[in-house]
Order: sequence, then structure tokens, then C-alpha cells
Amino acid sequence: MLSCKEVSELVSQYPERLLSFREQLGIKMHLMICKLCSRFTRQMKFIARATNTFMDHPEDCLDHSHATQLSDKARERIKKALYR
Amino acid sequence: MTTLSNADTWLELYGNDLYRHAFFRVHDADLAEDLVQETLLAALKAREGFAGHSSEKTWLIGILKHKIIDHFRKSKREQLVDDIAIEADRQQDRFDASGHWKVQFAEWHNPDKSLEQQQFWEIFNICIKHLPARLAELYTLRELNDLPTDEVCKLLDISTTNNMWVMLSRARMRLRDCLENGWFNPTSQQEQ
Repeated sequence: MLSCKEVSELVSQYPERLLSFREQLGIKMHLMICKLCSRFTRQMKFIARATNTFMDHPEDCLDHSHATQLSDKARERIKKALYR
Repeated sequence: MTTLSNADTWLELYGNDLYRHAFFRVHDADLAEDLVQETLLAALKAREGFAGHSSEKTWLIGILKHKIIDHFRKSKREQLVDDIAIEADRQQDRFDASGHWKVQFAEWHNPDKSLEQQQFWEIFNICIKHLPARLAELYTLRELNDLPTDEVCKLLDISTTNNMWVMLSRARMRLRDCLENGWFNPTSQQEQ
């Protein structure tokens, strides 16, 4: 039987590290009886979804952020470079 | 079929989007500005090649993504302390000797709703930045910029793929803790 520590390691390495059939089975059996590891696994899946969303379009995730606008100075500099 | 506007208009219309896209992938304002400039210069040269299959913005972001990856490939990185020892300690805080959870944590309610919220992304971004240096680099290269595994290991001097998996797992556990404390259950008393 896998321990919580082992299960949490395996599910947080997935999908980078693909799981063997034995590991998948071990995890499934553990999750059937362990509330905390099931919760942890759901949270890991959410983090993977969030990371993918952010990776695709970080500019849309944070489009109201005032701290991250292209400054006027930078705009001028870039304009100059474009017409050099 | 889309036709292209001139470079001035690009800067006007997409300057902020390009800048933000770069900033959240490289976490450096000056570098992000340079990347926008390089992208627009490359776009000017590549005008003829624009097939019009995608929108102008998508096309420009595509060029920017290449520029960012080029940057990571070329940039010299400082030797960072290996965080693995610290992470081993943290694992001891999470699990007892027989491998059971030592900490309690609550369910995250309706987490997908967070994905639409600006404040969530701010916290998410802060959490990535506050990972230990090497884990932050790894997360940025592999997860946010999708560089291939073997290249990431070479760039960050990680000896085996297995080590990289373990490091990624630690980074995700840290992110979990940070999102829990910073967003989902800010009042919960978690053992540190």
C-alpha cells in the first residue's frame, strides 16, 4: 500500500512523469480510502489547469494590472528603433 | 484574410498586450520592453511571410514567444544554491515518519471560478515569484514557457530527469501551500 507521502509525490509529478500501471492502480486504491490525498490530488489538477491558462495568455489573465503597462518612455524608444 | 497594419499601429494596439505577455513570462520589466522591441523589429522583417491565417495579435504573440525562448536559451544563469535540502525539510514538516499527512488542509471551493478573477492571478504570480530561486526558474522554463525537458535540465544543470520531476513536484506543493494561504483559505492555521 502506498503512503500519503508517496501518493502526493506521484500525483504532483504527473503529467511530467507518466505513471506506470502499477502506480496508477496503487494511487487509485489509496484515493478510495484517503480524503486528504483525494483533496490534494484535486488541488494539483487545479494548479495544472491554472498554469496552462496562464501560460497561454498571461496578458489576458492580468489585463487590468496598472503596474504592467508599456511606459511612454519605452514606447518612444521602440518607435525610434522601428524607424531607424 | 487579414492584412497587416504598420508598425506604429502595432505598438499602439498591441504594445501593452505584448509587454504584459513578456513580463509575466520573464518577470523583468526592462527585459520585457526589449523583447517587445525585438518582436516588432522581427515582425517588420517578416511582414511578407504573414499568411493571414491568424489575427495580427496572435501572430505577434507567436513571434514574441520565440523571442522569449531564444532569450532563455542564450542567457547566462547564475549558479543558484540547490534548494533540495530545504525542500527535504519541508517534506518532513508535511509528513510523519510513516508517511501520513501531518498537516490538515481544507477543500478549495469552486476553484475554477478563480481563473476569471484578476486578484487570483495576481496572487498566483506572486506565488511563482516567491518559490525558492531554482524552483522558480524551473517552473518558469518548463511550465510557463514549455521548454523541452532535456533542454531545461541542461540549462539549469539538473543531473537527471528524475531529479527534475522531484523538483517540479516540490514547486507544485509550494504553489499549493501559497495559493491556500494567499487565496483559498487565508485564515486557516497551517503548520509552516
